[in-house]
Amino acid sequence: MTVFTYILMGFLIICAISVTLSKKLLNSVLIFMSYSLIMSIIWMLLESPDLAITEAAVGAGVTSVLFFVTLKKIHAMEGEDKPDEEK
Amino acid sequence: MKKNSAFARWFYGESDTLLDKVEMKPQKEYKEKEGEIRELMQEKELLREHIYDMKDNRKLKLFHRMYHIAALIFCLTLISIMLVTVSWLPENGNPDNPVNNEVSARYIESGLQETGAVNIVTGMILDYRAFDTFGESNVLFIATVTVLILLRLDKKKTAPAKKGTAVYEKPADELTIAEAEADDRVNEPKNDAILQKVAGFLVPIIIIFGIYVVLNGHLSPGGGFSGGAIIGAGLILYLNAFGFQKTERFFTEKTYKWTCFVALTFYCLAKSYSFFTGANHLESGIPLGTPGAILSSGLILPLNICVGLVVACTMYAFYVLFRKGGF
Repeated sequence: MTVFTYILMGFLIICAISVTLSKKLLNSVLIFMSYSLIMSIIWMLLESPDLAITEAAVGAGVTSVLFFVTLKKIHAMEGEDKPDEEK
Repeated sequence: MKKNSAFARWFYGESDTLLDKVEMKPQKEYKEKEGEIRELMQEKELLREHIYDMKDNRKLKLFHRMYHIAALIFCLTLISIMLVTVSWLPENGNPDNPVNNEVSARYIESGLQETGAVNIVTGMILDYRAFDTFGESNVLFIATVTVLILLRLDKKKTAPAKKGTAVYEKPADELTIAEAEADDRVNEPKNDAILQKVAGFLVPIIIIFGIYVVLNGHLSPGGGFSGGAIIGAGLILYLNAFGFQKTERFFTEKTYKWTCFVALTFYCLAKSYSFFTGANHLESGIPLGTPGAILSSGLILPLNICVGLVVACTMYAFYVLFRKGGF
């Protein structure tokens, strides 16, 4: 079980670093989502299931959805192949 | 104040008392000559070229380099301060740590007898420290109000919009695709078959699980915050799949207002006496019941429901306000 925990911790650190290094905002939000999921598994391993539930619902669910809505509002979610046609 | 007195009329802006008594001249309109404008533009261009000339401007180069160095030093100092502070913290897992004092021992040993909650965490946050939780619920409500202030669209202002800005005044079929994409409220709901099927299966399960977590907050892991967040996430999924018209049948601004008001008021009335008694614990008078039964542990169950309602409403209201700028 400790090996599993170490693997998760490694993933956590990789996610945390790649959120800041990723150039695309959408990718950053997705990585942040996976960070929250890994964090909720770690909460389970630390024997606090209530925090795991909250982390999964708020961190991976609601916060990411709010980020997506914000990205859509500022038109940051359009793909590279489709340039901004309105301008 | 008399209604028709001169002061009242001046106060409501109906008449100007100074009119015809003081000589008034309209202000001369400020006009720039064309030559002056051209000169100014040229000067600005020259200045810009001079300042942002990266190759020759030594000061700018120096500033950029110093800026990078200063940022680096600042970051390193912050990181080292934090690391030094962490190194001064007591060792993890040491029994002599200041965390392991009589408070937590008391909670663990006699929490079950005093609060009646099998889940000690809920017993702590909704009985011993119920006043703190009341503050947290209020923080959620205030956060919603702040988002409302920041993101609300004024319906009176947007409704009689001009031709150029009347994006969501036109019916949906008159819009071009780009316009409809830019304003995601027009083609709502998008009627995605996969999403609707999956949401039809998942939303009831998610919401029932949330209600279970809220109601069993004093028996199993979870409680108001986690259960409310789950219910809110389920509502957001439902909204995404089926559109605003379906959710507006049961959740409007009025629903939000009254739910939050009732939940917070009940919590306030139930627990705010500890504010007057110096945050001491007082008997609520409700029998604690047998630990493990769903109707046990006194006030904890209704308080859990209150917190869950506030959290669920807050999550949903955040999403709706972000999306639409109003309920």
